[in-house]
Amino acid sequence: MVNAMGWGERLQAALKEAGIAALITFALICVIIGLKTDIGPDGLEITQRWDLVASGVAIVFVGRLLLRLVVWGPEGQGRGLFSSIPKAREMPWLGKVLGVALLAIAITLPFYSGRYVVDLGILVLTYVMLGWGLNIVVGLAGLLDLGYVAFYAVGAYSYALLAHYFGWSFWLCLPLAGILAGFWGIILGFPVLRLRGDYLAIVTLAFGEIIRVVLLNWYQFTGGPDGISGIPRPSFFGIPFSRGEDGFAATFGLDFTSMHRIIFLYYLILILALITNAVTLRLRRLPLGRAWEAMREDEIACRSLGISTTNTKLSAFAIGAMFGGIAGSFFATRQGFISPESFVFMESALILSIVVLGGLGSQIGVAIAAIVMIGGFEVFRELEQYRMLIFGALLVFIMVNRPRGLMARREPSIVLKERKAIGADLVAQGEGHR
Amino acid sequence: MSAPLLEVEGVHTFYGNIQALKGVDVEVRAGEIIALIGANGAGKSTLMMTICGSPSPRDGRIVFDGEDITALPTHEIMRKSIAQAPEGRRIFPRMTVLENLQMGAELAGVTDPEREFDHVFELFPRLKQRLGQRGGTLSGGEQQMLAIGRALMSRPKLLLLDEPSLGLAPQLVRQIFDAIKKLNEDEGLTVFLVEQNAYHALKLAHRGYVMVNGEITMTGAGRELLAKEEIRAAYLEGGRH
Repeated sequence: MVNAMGWGERLQAALKEAGIAALITFALICVIIGLKTDIGPDGLEITQRWDLVASGVAIVFVGRLLLRLVVWGPEGQGRGLFSSIPKAREMPWLGKVLGVALLAIAITLPFYSGRYVVDLGILVLTYVMLGWGLNIVVGLAGLLDLGYVAFYAVGAYSYALLAHYFGWSFWLCLPLAGILAGFWGIILGFPVLRLRGDYLAIVTLAFGEIIRVVLLNWYQFTGGPDGISGIPRPSFFGIPFSRGEDGFAATFGLDFTSMHRIIFLYYLILILALITNAVTLRLRRLPLGRAWEAMREDEIACRSLGISTTNTKLSAFAIGAMFGGIAGSFFATRQGFISPESFVFMESALILSIVVLGGLGSQIGVAIAAIVMIGGFEVFRELEQYRMLIFGALLVFIMVNRPRGLMARREPSIVLKERKAIGADLVAQGEGHR
Repeated sequence: MSAPLLEVEGVHTFYGNIQALKGVDVEVRAGEIIALIGANGAGKSTLMMTICGSPSPRDGRIVFDGEDITALPTHEIMRKSIAQAPEGRRIFPRMTVLENLQMGAELAGVTDPEREFDHVFELFPRLKQRLGQRGGTLSGGEQQMLAIGRALMSRPKLLLLDEPSLGLAPQLVRQIFDAIKKLNEDEGLTVFLVEQNAYHALKLAHRGYVMVNGEITMTGAGRELLAKEEIRAAYLEGGRH
């Protein structure tokens, strides 16, 4: 086919195709972009912007022409939407580049965006941290946990109650919340030591509900459904973000704006999330992390090698829970108000979806999934009652096209000479779960 | 004669109320290859697992290297100089060959596994070619090599092998058994082997035990057992395997 077609014919075919694409573009954008309504003195005024439409159509025409002539060649462009996403095996550097780019965007975000975006960034980063925390339990150790939100709640209530009853500061309570949540992780761990798979999932689900129901009904202590309000805001190492003499703005000679605190919160959760990531990556190279992964692969083989599955499971629950707890206390200080409403099963499901969608065990995948899910939630806010529908459809769509998650690849933690990527597509699904 | 490396004395093992082992005595001396043969469900694998402490015996005693290990938890038993290649190979499918081997060394406290790596690659050159490959993508024979290699990484004195020939082509079975023989002859590694493939196992072993319904019914030198009429009839029907 390729040889049979001369240059002239190819050009003709490409021109025709580009023309069709340009026509479709025109039909799609002529009203949406071409006509703009502004509020004028006598109601709405229509502004016509045909120059914009023309340039849009031109871009599509030239782009399609070039794609056809230079990139795709005369035939086909690959089937399906996802075929344009490169296979992990073909581009082993992609994950790294993506990671660096995402980090750069995350660090610089507050400099060029407004309050809404930074607020959204805080929300996304909270879920990135929760996802990375749960990733230790589900992704690395292979223990399906449907009640992760319990640890999030323990962390949030630890800080709220300690601040409420004893007036302890955020910085003191942050590590305490982590320790307390880790402790609850061990308490959950003991009864489920002998359980696996579905049975484990049910017990963790029940555990999550127990925590929520206790918080809801222990009115004298937790305030029950009224929640706890007036949780103190974090200070900048002792300097409060308030208007006045000893506030943050006055101390550093800046004009007071409420953005200072939001930007501070943003960087705080960014650092907390990055710590979670660093600890996870480090642990993966240590015997403990290796044992987690080995346990996910085959528990009997682990025992035959002298791994204590008890210690391995408990440590995974404890460390995963600890990060959940720290994220929880951050959530409490950011909101200033918490109630059991925030810790329903839906949250657990959301965090778990982020981990599964991202590709079990993949750090960068979890980050991308958190952006897609939480960001997507915000984008579809307009649609209100259809939001969950779209959310569900998105999940199904991604799982059908990428059955092992967006980043379905496991980097070996040690290599001899070259780093060989391990494509998920090489191994049948369900391998290692006998 | 030297004291036995592994001594199993009057071991009774139960699964719930069902008795799987009814007073088993087995003795493995240093430098020996011992084969345990028997039909399906005779309790061969149960004995192997009882030695490893999962399940623990209800009665009887297991002594390894002069130390009573009967009541120890599995992970502590496996950190002694015992290594096991479990039934069904059970390699880590999503880890590379290199990582699988490292798992074997790491927990046993072998921090400089260079010598062990060379040793395993000399025994199974195929593994060296597959170093960066994921365990689950190996063929059955390669997986068995990897399982044995992983067990050897911990510098064991005693190697327990549970059905190493399971599901392998005859030529690969021969390769695996040759490797076991080499390990025993060149390095004096003690091997306790559970097998259904009675012909190969008894040909290789110094001594053999025959297990029927949770009891040892016969014992003797490997070739002696192989020559016995009742063994040939029960386990070697159809002649050569």
